[in-house]
Amino acid sequence: MDLQTLTYLVVGATFTLYIGIAIWTRAGSTKEFYVAGGGVHPVANGMATAADWMSAASFIGMAGLIAYMGYGGSVFLMGWTGGFVILAMLLAPYLRKYGKFTVPEFIGDRFYSRTARAVAVLCLIICSTTYVIGQMKGIGVAFSRFLEVDYNVGLLVGMCIVFFYAVLGGMKGITYTQIAQYCVLILAYTIPAIFISLQLTGNPLPQLGLGSTLVGNDTFLLDKLDQMVMELGFKEYTTDVRLSGLNMFAYTASLMIGTAGLPHVIIRFFTVPKVRDARSSAGWALVFIAILYTTAPAVAGMARLNLMQTIEPEPGQYLQYDERPQWFKNWETTGLLEFEDKNGDGAMLYTANPATNELVKVDRDIIVLANPEIAKLPNWVIALVAAGGLAAALSTAAGLLLAIASAISHDLLKGMIAPDISEKQELMASRIAMAAAIAGAGYLGFNPPDFAAGTVALAFGLAASSIFPALMMGIFSSRVNKEGAIAGMLSGIGITLFYVFQHKGIMFVESTAFLGSMPENWFLGIEPNAFGAIGAIVNFAVALGVSAVTKAPPAEVRELVEHIRVPAGAEAAVDH
Amino acid sequence: MAKKMTEEQARAYWHRNLSLMIKLLLVWFVVSYGCGILLVDELNQFRLGGYKLGFWFAQQGSIYTFVVLIFIYRWRMAVLDREFDVEED
Repeated sequence: MDLQTLTYLVVGATFTLYIGIAIWTRAGSTKEFYVAGGGVHPVANGMATAADWMSAASFIGMAGLIAYMGYGGSVFLMGWTGGFVILAMLLAPYLRKYGKFTVPEFIGDRFYSRTARAVAVLCLIICSTTYVIGQMKGIGVAFSRFLEVDYNVGLLVGMCIVFFYAVLGGMKGITYTQIAQYCVLILAYTIPAIFISLQLTGNPLPQLGLGSTLVGNDTFLLDKLDQMVMELGFKEYTTDVRLSGLNMFAYTASLMIGTAGLPHVIIRFFTVPKVRDARSSAGWALVFIAILYTTAPAVAGMARLNLMQTIEPEPGQYLQYDERPQWFKNWETTGLLEFEDKNGDGAMLYTANPATNELVKVDRDIIVLANPEIAKLPNWVIALVAAGGLAAALSTAAGLLLAIASAISHDLLKGMIAPDISEKQELMASRIAMAAAIAGAGYLGFNPPDFAAGTVALAFGLAASSIFPALMMGIFSSRVNKEGAIAGMLSGIGITLFYVFQHKGIMFVESTAFLGSMPENWFLGIEPNAFGAIGAIVNFAVALGVSAVTKAPPAEVRELVEHIRVPAGAEAAVDH
Repeated sequence: MAKKMTEEQARAYWHRNLSLMIKLLLVWFVVSYGCGILLVDELNQFRLGGYKLGFWFAQQGSIYTFVVLIFIYRWRMAVLDREFDVEED
């Protein structure tokens, strides 16, 4: 069977599965819509959280980034996993004990202020929207590359699928489809990695393969990789620092704190029955995530090695362009891979020097997507990778859209504008909000704004600087008051946006960058994507400072803080 | 349903929770920011198979440690909950 038919078959089968689950898990109450009824098993929730969390960026983008950044790419590995440790210890159990439906609802109650709740809704919508644009783009791109349909048609199909299960089933539908999506994406990620690890090192575990010797000689894979990249003039793979140690520190911290502060991840912990389930569920989520995240560095290193050995089979002997393999031709037609014969010798010269390098464009996303083809794996593996990429993008998009929709229907409508609506009306409103959120995200996917690139990293910076500090102070201090929390959130997200706009342009229009993207102008040499950690520090400092000079919170708020710190009596998530 | 805690018990429970948390977060900091970033050059002098040790911490070891830390926290907190009789039914 040819690759095209096989891909349609595999992707079609997974989509049928998701729709089947949607019909089976229709939500009948607001509690089912917002928190899946509150009875999800911690291991199941861990799996759903893993799919919710691992987006197109994790599945497609990350290994490519690591392949090019080497050691510097570690910021993504540590940052995107270490956040679960702080989530499990500092936020999840207490927010589960509090037992309501949304993140802004906790902020509104704890800081006894509708303004605080509204500010939290604003921060939530800003970071979730920047994040969802990347997913919509991922869905469109995956379709257009693997199924050779138009980007817009692909996006529309993806939107219909999400619409079907998210509007019908809410959190309940999303939870069970995410479990299925996790299984698809983890198989799609690990199977090619196992094959490639076996081919190169003879060790079936990629995590061990990366540290093993190559088949047929006793050179370690990483030593060979270091030697090859250095011969081409790149920095040594295993020690290539990203800008500076301080920058790597700040970048890792931004991603960790952002991970713990992303609302679509936090609300997943409202779906488990008990406080201790919230603790173990975070652990299970990280187990499922770690399977992909410890495989990714192996995929990265091995793909880089395979790519270089394809282009330069013997030292100094470069592949003739006319003899290039089929996968090279396929990716050239997508524009993600470009060759320019600068010296006219017909061979593909690959070096770190931009003046003589003839592989003028190697898009980083190719690393995961073309990896099975480069390694000459069977067609069904390639088809599976397509389904896996779609599963990763769809599951994260659905989780983000739910966070946005519930902030609109539960926090804005029920909480502020029309508190008297019945549960049935709120359920209807939440479905309409979900449909509107999908339409809005789709619109942004069809007309990707200029700032679409790099938005995912920005979403973390924004969550780190606004939501995480407010939640943490709400739990760990009974002294921080509404004035402090509001001022803290606004100044944290404000300074982070300011720093990013200042260097990357207002709304990322480059000509409006008033300090330029010049590294010399960066504060302590910290790149804009890593600035969330500084934003978080500003948030903490402003909130504590303002709280110290304004009135202490009322007694019932101090009781609320005492209440959430102890697990006993963690009733199921209830609506007031 | 557990009985209501006295204020003193509640404070002691919170204190024990915090001290456990601080110990575990110290390990969290040391394996990632410490071994993976600040001390990476020093550790890279040692090897673990084909891995330089600092590189291994940054791309493998820290992640395994994170998983273990969360399960230790869960286990120690379950013991603490029992001791203070604040378990959920």
